[in-house]
Amino acid sequence: MNAPSLPGPLNDNPRLDLWVSFPAPGKVVVNTGRVELGQGVLTAMAQVAADELDVAMTRVSVRSGVTDGMPNEGYTAGSQSIQFGGLAMGQACADVRALFIDHAARILACGANELSVRDGAFFRHGAATGHDYWTLAPAIDLSVNASGLARRKASADLRFVGQSSARTDLPAKLFGDDVFIHDMKLAGMKHARVVRQPNKGACIGTIDEAAIRRAAKGAIEFVRSGDFLAIVGDNETAVELAGGASVNHVTWTNVETPTPLQQEANWLVQRPVIDRLLGPPEPSDAQGKQRFEATYTRGYLAHASISPSCGLAQFKDGHLTVWTHCQGVFPLRGALARMLKLDASKITVHHVQGSGCYGHNGADDAAADAAAIAMLMPGTPIRIRWRREEEFIFEPKSPAMLVKVRALVDADGKPSDWTAEIWSGNHNGRPGGGNALLAGYALPDQEPLPQANEVPEAAGGGATRNADPLYDIADKRIIHHMVTETPVRVSALRGLGAMPNVFALECAIDELAERAGVDPVAYRLAITTDMRARAVIEKVAAMANWQANAPGGNGAGRGIAFARYKNRAAYSAVVVELEVDEEIRLRHVWCATDGGLIVNPDGAINQLEGGVIQSASWMLREQVRLDGGTASFDWDTYPVLKFSEVPPIDIALINPTSSDMPLGVGEATAGPTAAAIGNAVSHALGIRLRDLPLTRERIMAALLQE
Amino acid sequence: MKTFDFSVNGKPVSVALHNEDTPLLDVLRNELGLMGTRFGCGLEQCGCCMVLIDGAPEKCCARPVSIITGKNVTTVEGLGTPDAPHPLQQAFLDEQAGQCGYCLSGILISAKALLAANPSPTRAQIALALDGNICRCGSHNRILRAVEKAAAVMRGA
Repeated sequence: MNAPSLPGPLNDNPRLDLWVSFPAPGKVVVNTGRVELGQGVLTAMAQVAADELDVAMTRVSVRSGVTDGMPNEGYTAGSQSIQFGGLAMGQACADVRALFIDHAARILACGANELSVRDGAFFRHGAATGHDYWTLAPAIDLSVNASGLARRKASADLRFVGQSSARTDLPAKLFGDDVFIHDMKLAGMKHARVVRQPNKGACIGTIDEAAIRRAAKGAIEFVRSGDFLAIVGDNETAVELAGGASVNHVTWTNVETPTPLQQEANWLVQRPVIDRLLGPPEPSDAQGKQRFEATYTRGYLAHASISPSCGLAQFKDGHLTVWTHCQGVFPLRGALARMLKLDASKITVHHVQGSGCYGHNGADDAAADAAAIAMLMPGTPIRIRWRREEEFIFEPKSPAMLVKVRALVDADGKPSDWTAEIWSGNHNGRPGGGNALLAGYALPDQEPLPQANEVPEAAGGGATRNADPLYDIADKRIIHHMVTETPVRVSALRGLGAMPNVFALECAIDELAERAGVDPVAYRLAITTDMRARAVIEKVAAMANWQANAPGGNGAGRGIAFARYKNRAAYSAVVVELEVDEEIRLRHVWCATDGGLIVNPDGAINQLEGGVIQSASWMLREQVRLDGGTASFDWDTYPVLKFSEVPPIDIALINPTSSDMPLGVGEATAGPTAAAIGNAVSHALGIRLRDLPLTRERIMAALLQE
Repeated sequence: MKTFDFSVNGKPVSVALHNEDTPLLDVLRNELGLMGTRFGCGLEQCGCCMVLIDGAPEKCCARPVSIITGKNVTTVEGLGTPDAPHPLQQAFLDEQAGQCGYCLSGILISAKALLAANPSPTRAQIALALDGNICRCGSHNRILRAVEKAAAVMRGA
């Protein structure tokens, strides 16, 4: 018999003791490489583990995100935690349970199939055996590799998976406990702020230390290495004041001054690019068919995490310990080792919760700041917390994208040939992908870095994510122009290219439906044979009481859109109802999602809702402005959707207790929500807006053009 | 050094500071060790640092401690405990109202102030009262439901 293949993360970290231990009677500890970002992953992992081990959930503690003695699962990103990490956790626990069952069977001289486990205790034909995980644990060696042979629970036997489970991390947050990295205090800790290098290559000119000290109104000291300059002190208020004042009292040379022109996606065309063609070449003539072409754009977006980034570090006895809220402690450790020229074995990185990040925000850089300062001040624990303005200006942005859709349309109005031509910066600016940490640009004697690569299509793609329509179209291709230099630093934000690509593709589908004179729901169903895709479209149309060919153009409209995230994760369809006069008011959103077997239904709905709201905020409000520098630096210059602007949202999960494999849901609604808003605005106004965000200015300009 | 006397969650406190412009938030977190009130912006924009000052909801990240002298400050730690949660905290748990949770301390305080002034707010009134608090994860509708639920409990409905 061939050995079964292990789920990816378990294959990478096969030793079972990396995943499961029984440290004290009645207690189970499971380790996951996935970290809590507010998405409830630790709760979901506890559900998976409790089911596979047959123990009560309250016995299970989930440890997460440490570079010692834990599985390395790379980044907690891409809606992959449950789809891949959960699969690994489940198999590891099933293998552990099987080892214990086999051992108990030998002791009891019975068949393994005669034994069952109830809340950690072993029963033979329903009678207690006196053995449990904790009595047997000393005899069982878990430092062995997973076999993958143990069978996972059938969906009918699951007790925790599939049931809504209260988030284990939420109570502490509601009682104001010290749960966030920002709340950590180490003995002898000093606070720090970095005098931020305005851009890569900028050099320190003059430093007016006296003026900065006066502004601090308390004792501070300066720490410098090359163009990396930090302010350190015992009193956080003084350090914060000094950090703010330093912007005006330190001069720099080689400062770049981006212009408003560069903030728009149109600027990307004609820039230096790396070109790729995915799919067959584009036909040179229309073959007698109707042509469709439209261009859709979106500007740079900020993660705009509610808290500025924070990091702590201490270099003591030759070992560097770092605390961070980043998404990948192992990749960060590698990047720190390179930046600090320290062996990775001399670095331990711990994840501590921060605010929601939605991708690669300033967390890694703040950790690197703390580490760089700690190396310059051996023995002293350093805590850095970025200033609000610093987070907005220096966090990596989601790249602006320009997407041209070209289609050839058959006589029946259906597309037979589809091209998505994309201009975008790189969505993979993470430190593990060959990129620098911000401190690395300022520190001296840094090794040159390899060219960073975009996320490969096998992992869902970056700029190309979801550019390939799931519809039945005979010939499809993506032309990808990766713009190598962008006016701001760029990296991963929730869904990467999926939001602009689904916006473009699903608006184009609506435009084709309109040309064909077919209702948008019926048109989509006419070009979709994927049954699960059809099911979410039909379900959301029913939820919204969708009226085919409803008249529009009177300022109120409805739009629908659909995508299967990455064409391999959850299926999601969204209907938006809105009103437009000078501004857009969202009235209602309906969403149907098929994420296969759902571990924590309420948790999944929370994520889907959050994705709807964040995408609506991107669509209506968000764009990073450039004007001599980054001109979006606070919540006034980078507004997001407010409570009174958020519409009611109805979410339905399709077959959540099915035996279908779990599919990642966290980012599934971002694309469909964006396109459904775009389509609803077009329905409401009778004109098509293709440039985001859909601000008052853009709406007014479009109305005046009519 | 100057000394400032006020009360926090019903207990008198006395704080000695060199800089009398030290924001109340820094005093709560760094002098008094009350970490429940969070730093979000330092610009009185996001609401993470919302506290009650003599019952009125105020952002305290840029509010000098000197003007708090003699006043009563209520922070999230003053609402309830896991054993005796405030109806708002219980309702937020019931509705699973939150994701990362960083904004929740400030939102609980804003909601408490609202319910003190208006025990039967409409959903639109709740939303308006929370417009000074930013939630970035998109838990808005759960939070609105939780405040409605707490209001009903507090009215004895």
